[in-house]
Amino acid sequence: MLVEALILSAILFVVGMLGVLVRRNAIIIFLCVELMLNAVNLSFVALSRFMGIEGQIYVFFVMTVAAAEAAVGLAIIIAIFRHYETVNVNNFNLLKW
Amino acid sequence: MIEILFYIFAAVAVGSAFGVVLQKNPVGSLLFMVATLASLAGIFVLFEAHFLAAIQIIVYAGAIMVLFLFVIMLLNLGHDYRRDIQVGVGMVLAFATTGLIAGILVRQFGGAETSPMLAAFPGPEGMDALLAEQGIIGAIARPLFTDYVIVFELTGILLLVALVGAIAIAKRRV
Amino acid sequence: MISLGFIAEGVAQGGASGGYDPLLPGLILLLPLLGFAANGVLALMAGSRAADRIRGGGDGAAIAGPDGKKPFTHTLPTWIGPGVLLGAFILVAINFFRMLGVELTEPVIRSYWSWMPTGTLSVDAAIQLDQLSMIMMMVITGVGFLIHMFSVGYMKEDPGYPRYFAYLNLFVFFMLVLVMGANFPVMFVGWEGVGLCSYLLIGFWFQDREKADAGKKAFIVNRVGDFGLLMAMFILFATFGTLDYGAIFQQAPELFVYGGAAVTAVTLFLLLGAVGKSAQIPLYVWLPDAMAGPTPVSALIHAATMVTAGVYLVARSSVLFAMAPASAAAVATIGALTALFAATIALKQYDIKKVLAYSTVSQLGFMFMGVGVGAYAAGVFHLMTHAFFKALLFLGAGAVIHSMHHALHSTHKDWDAQDMRNMGGLKRFMPATWITMWIATLAIAGIWPFAGFFSKDEIIWYVGTAGAFSGLYVVLWGMALAAAVLTAFYMTRMMVMTFHGPNRTGEDEAKHLHEAPLNMTIPLGVLAVLSVFGGWINVPGSVRESFFGGFGLLPMSAWLDSWLAPVTAGADAIRMAELGAYADVSPVGGGHVVWGAIATTMALVVVILTARHFLAREVQPAHIDGEPESGIGKVLYNKWYVDEFYDRIIVRPILATSRFCWRVIDRVVIDGTVNAVGAVSKGVGWFGSLFQTGQINTYAFIIALSALVVLGAFIF
Repeated sequence: MLVEALILSAILFVVGMLGVLVRRNAIIIFLCVELMLNAVNLSFVALSRFMGIEGQIYVFFVMTVAAAEAAVGLAIIIAIFRHYETVNVNNFNLLKW
Repeated sequence: MIEILFYIFAAVAVGSAFGVVLQKNPVGSLLFMVATLASLAGIFVLFEAHFLAAIQIIVYAGAIMVLFLFVIMLLNLGHDYRRDIQVGVGMVLAFATTGLIAGILVRQFGGAETSPMLAAFPGPEGMDALLAEQGIIGAIARPLFTDYVIVFELTGILLLVALVGAIAIAKRRV
Repeated sequence: MISLGFIAEGVAQGGASGGYDPLLPGLILLLPLLGFAANGVLALMAGSRAADRIRGGGDGAAIAGPDGKKPFTHTLPTWIGPGVLLGAFILVAINFFRMLGVELTEPVIRSYWSWMPTGTLSVDAAIQLDQLSMIMMMVITGVGFLIHMFSVGYMKEDPGYPRYFAYLNLFVFFMLVLVMGANFPVMFVGWEGVGLCSYLLIGFWFQDREKADAGKKAFIVNRVGDFGLLMAMFILFATFGTLDYGAIFQQAPELFVYGGAAVTAVTLFLLLGAVGKSAQIPLYVWLPDAMAGPTPVSALIHAATMVTAGVYLVARSSVLFAMAPASAAAVATIGALTALFAATIALKQYDIKKVLAYSTVSQLGFMFMGVGVGAYAAGVFHLMTHAFFKALLFLGAGAVIHSMHHALHSTHKDWDAQDMRNMGGLKRFMPATWITMWIATLAIAGIWPFAGFFSKDEIIWYVGTAGAFSGLYVVLWGMALAAAVLTAFYMTRMMVMTFHGPNRTGEDEAKHLHEAPLNMTIPLGVLAVLSVFGGWINVPGSVRESFFGGFGLLPMSAWLDSWLAPVTAGADAIRMAELGAYADVSPVGGGHVVWGAIATTMALVVVILTARHFLAREVQPAHIDGEPESGIGKVLYNKWYVDEFYDRIIVRPILATSRFCWRVIDRVVIDGTVNAVGAVSKGVGWFGSLFQTGQINTYAFIIALSALVVLGAFIF
């Protein structure tokens, strides 16, 4: 069952990546990043079944970080929205100078 | 029985994941995401990670997703999704790239179960013994508060900093 | 104080010093250097004060403060400048008289520290004292002190007074390094140092573009000579593996072939250096322009000391020149050509300092003739007497210019204070200057019993008797005689135009003409005495016994010849072995005494005839007289158009080449390459910036693509 779980994890990861690439709504992109994190979590859990409890502890930390990231990221999106009145990333090009 | 459940959960997870990506309405995407998380929690249970499954439902699907939903509602994005999904060449390129990556990953993961690397580890039997002895909470809590205690404390600080940062960024200028 | 004691004493080196122990030789060098440091600090302070005054809206050139008193920056140099020179002179004199009492066959060498210990070349910061350097040091510090003293009066109203003394002290220091160095590199430091000071002092009034340019000209022309000196040093090092005088001159007869290519090349390069520094053809052009500096500077640097460095160099390297007869002949030929050529230009100059400048070039030519025919003692002898009477002439000219300047300044007349046509009849106003300058004139003209008679005629005599070696020297002898006649002519012309006849400055101005103050006339007097008796130290026996020596009654001797014998012994031995002795008679017959009589009579006749001629002629002030219109006079007035010639064949081609390098090589080739590199970077940057869309999707896609590449690399 390990192989299947890992392949599922890979598919979920890639689908999340696809979302990041094709979506323009910043919140959805963010959501897709969460999806990628969950895909990795799945592989951790699956491997912990065979390799020891540490895998689950890592997942625990990943979730903490994801929570922190969600808090800060959503705060940034709110700040951006206040400025531009939109969350469509095509309207932001401040990364270029 | 377990395998059947796994495949059901897996199908739901993949399907709703695609839903997350392709649903134009952000609220719809979010609901698909909740479904994905829930089915992943089911798979966690199948792998005897009961504690994480509970956390997945309570914290991830319950708290974080509600936070997302709250922000979507706050910003009133429910119907602003006309040009949300990239089309044309960008879409093709994205599918091609991700498809290739998926192919490589799947090819690499095949045969992982019989990999000689796993021989050095306890395996499912060892894990079952550990869980029988300490229970899932004890098995996680013991290393978490001994070997990983410093990291654990650091995550506390990280959450505090994220909290302060989120307030500082999102706060309306007075 | 330990280190100071070490610098003053040094470490004895080398073999037999003949029981001679010099007294604080390093201190002789140290004193002018300390004077430079002290005066230099005062000059900097004076400069910052002047800057403050200008910022406050005042006159930066004003010396006296509001209370009418001069600040200490302008009073202290009066004592420091000449003071250190007096101290150095006393030390040199003590050492000189102590050296007189011993038989010194080898130079006394004092080494201070290892200066360039690199690989096979090891050069010490070492000085040496021998008979030749001692004579030079006596002249430098003695005449130098008198000129410093004169400068106190001459420069006292100049805002740059402390700076002037700083430079002058520094010059004396470097000149002493030049003559005291025990090897070529140390000598070269002094050589370059005096060049630097010469540049600084010619351009002393650098606000005047013309004077600053004159300084530059001197510096650049001297570079040509310095190149020669450096080349000579390279060849010497390649041959001997050392640059110490002692080692080179000792091994030269063994390592060099007599008349061979190597020694000829070395000596020709040395000659190039000497020609540059001593203003000989073809590099003499800087010296007349160097008269832009203050007149005491012209006296000290451009007449008495620095320009004689070339003669010193040839005399010091006498062994090498004796080994290379072709080079020695070249030295004598250049000397004779220069002596005659410069004398002709001096005939038609009206600027009093220009006359003296060309006279100096001409007299340096005589010295070159002397050392060229192997009469090193005669060359050094003329160097010494020339230092006396030419310094006197320059200082006298300085006193005249000083007085003329005051007179013309009093009525704001814009006449040239140095043009002799504007002078005339100055003897009534400045009798002391008049008398002393006549003494110097008679000395340079070669009239008995003045110093120049003995020194110049000795050189002419040796050139003539060297006719025993080659017919060339007979020709040079004739040229030397002609130059001597011209010397008597132009010097008398200068004296008559300046001091005799009616006064041409104008009624109102004449009231302000005055004799120089005492601190300027005393040096004139001392130098006048030296100009009379300075020649009595080197008189051949036969002359002493004749009328010229008062039939043996006057206190004359052939001291200098025997004094310098240890220095020139090596060269004399080689010359005796290869060429033989000088002839006893001149090329057309007659001995010492006969030619002495002929020479002095000839000079006297020329002086009297010239004086009668110019006294009878009415001279007009410069603005009426104008320039000679045609004929040989015009050519001579324009100095044979040599400057114009050099301008055409050297300066302009170099400028044109530089302009080509600037416009084509620099602007097109180099700038083009640099700009092309810039343009390529810009293009690459522009291309790269295309990926920099600022769109998050793009960056995300690039990250995904990179992940794909990394994964692919893992697999394949």
